[in-house]
Amino acid sequence: MNIMKNTPSLFGGHPELVKSVHRRSFLKWAGGTAAVTTLVLTGCKEDETTPVVGEVNLGTGDFAVLNYAYALEQLEAAFYTRVIESQFSGITADEIALLTDIRDHEVAHREFFKAALGSNAIGGLDVDFSSINFGSRESVLNTAKTFEDLGVAAYNGAGRFITSPDYLTLAGKIVSVEARHAAYIRDLLSNGTFADNTVVDSNGLEMSKDPAAVLQAAAPFIKNTINASALA
Amino acid sequence: MDFLKILNLLEERDPEMSDRLNTRRQALKDFANLGKKLSMAAVPVAMGSMFQKAYGQSTATVVDVLNYALTLEYLEYRFYEKALASTGLIPTGAPNGAITTIMNHEKAHVDFLKQAITSAGGTPVAEPTFDFSGGQGTGNGPFASAFSNYQLFLAVAQALEDTGVRAYKGQAGNLVKQNAVLTAALNIHSVEARHASHIRQMRKANGASVKPWITGKESGIDNSVVQAIYNGEENTTQGEVNITSLGSISANVASEAFDEPLTKEQVLAVATLFLAS
Repeated sequence: MNIMKNTPSLFGGHPELVKSVHRRSFLKWAGGTAAVTTLVLTGCKEDETTPVVGEVNLGTGDFAVLNYAYALEQLEAAFYTRVIESQFSGITADEIALLTDIRDHEVAHREFFKAALGSNAIGGLDVDFSSINFGSRESVLNTAKTFEDLGVAAYNGAGRFITSPDYLTLAGKIVSVEARHAAYIRDLLSNGTFADNTVVDSNGLEMSKDPAAVLQAAAPFIKNTINASALA
Repeated sequence: MDFLKILNLLEERDPEMSDRLNTRRQALKDFANLGKKLSMAAVPVAMGSMFQKAYGQSTATVVDVLNYALTLEYLEYRFYEKALASTGLIPTGAPNGAITTIMNHEKAHVDFLKQAITSAGGTPVAEPTFDFSGGQGTGNGPFASAFSNYQLFLAVAQALEDTGVRAYKGQAGNLVKQNAVLTAALNIHSVEARHASHIRQMRKANGASVKPWITGKESGIDNSVVQAIYNGEENTTQGEVNITSLGSISANVASEAFDEPLTKEQVLAVATLFLAS
């Protein structure tokens, strides 16, 4: 539920009144009595929304986390699809085989989220790969490293927002595959960097990232603005 | 379905429920958070997670999970420590560097988990005595030559890392309401997966037919003990979704794209082979 959709009816056309109130604290406030909560629950109407042009709203609750993952998988799948379509110069047969595997994994992840989310799924994102030189091994592998490390950090950082044990396990099933990708890509760039201190801290823990930091890092590659306000 | 009525009914039958739910207001807030787009099929899952807050994990369970993880980390750490101390086993240069990196991570995990268990009010398990031959203390298990045979050492390392990944994954659901512990466990889980990927690349460089990811339930290791660690990885259905039905996705790709969890019982059945006492 996008609570902001509700504000005109609740606050008599003073959206600025709630604009400064964080969504969570607003929910806490709205939940002050059962009656108000019921009103909030039943008062939501799709047609009250005025969508921001180009904005993709991930939604709320577990669906927001799944849509967040779906957005990142869309980005990765689109990237590797291009990598295989226009292979960098000097690519080896082994690299073609394993990068094709990675493309196929990301497509499987993307299609899984699309199917699992059904009508709750966000639309297709518009990607921007203008900064990538697909003919250059260096450019492609460094971008791949960025995406894979970011994907791992994103899943790890978003786990705490998931309330369903089943969805959490599903995220776990995917993130370890992303970590396998990340380690492989890093070793292609420089053997032995599969888990170096730019991604693993002194406790031996992956440095996870919260959604705001992830989306900021992904923003140069995505034309849409992503509203992840539920994941804060 | 009238959820307010259900909550009232539950409260009548179990007056202490609201205390456990924090407050009923909190429960209502949680439900409001679920969103109007919730499909009916998802309601039981959502309701289940809400009530897990009332009837959920105790601290004791969290300590159990952490002690289980600690046992596996001890196993990995001491295995690599012994391998690195075995003269002539691991080639100098990149292989020695990689195994040292991995051993240092496992040692850091041991230290981190001991600290986490203590701060959760628990007592860290004592370090077990290991039999890395996989012989339950006899020293004559199937991996008896792992510290003199480099190929076998790498095979056992792969099996241990892939087990670690599956073991942590299998506990995620138990930590769903323990955000700090969950995040730490996830941050160890992915590091184990990075290790597994690299060890697999090391094996491939030494002639084994493996990829950084797991295809079907193939271990690339000819051993029936090891096979138990890979059984189930061939799964191609996630949630209700048959991945191979989504366009042209092969069964191999569908299995590779998702790593599968193992239960504590499944993991311990394998880990027990490495315990001498």
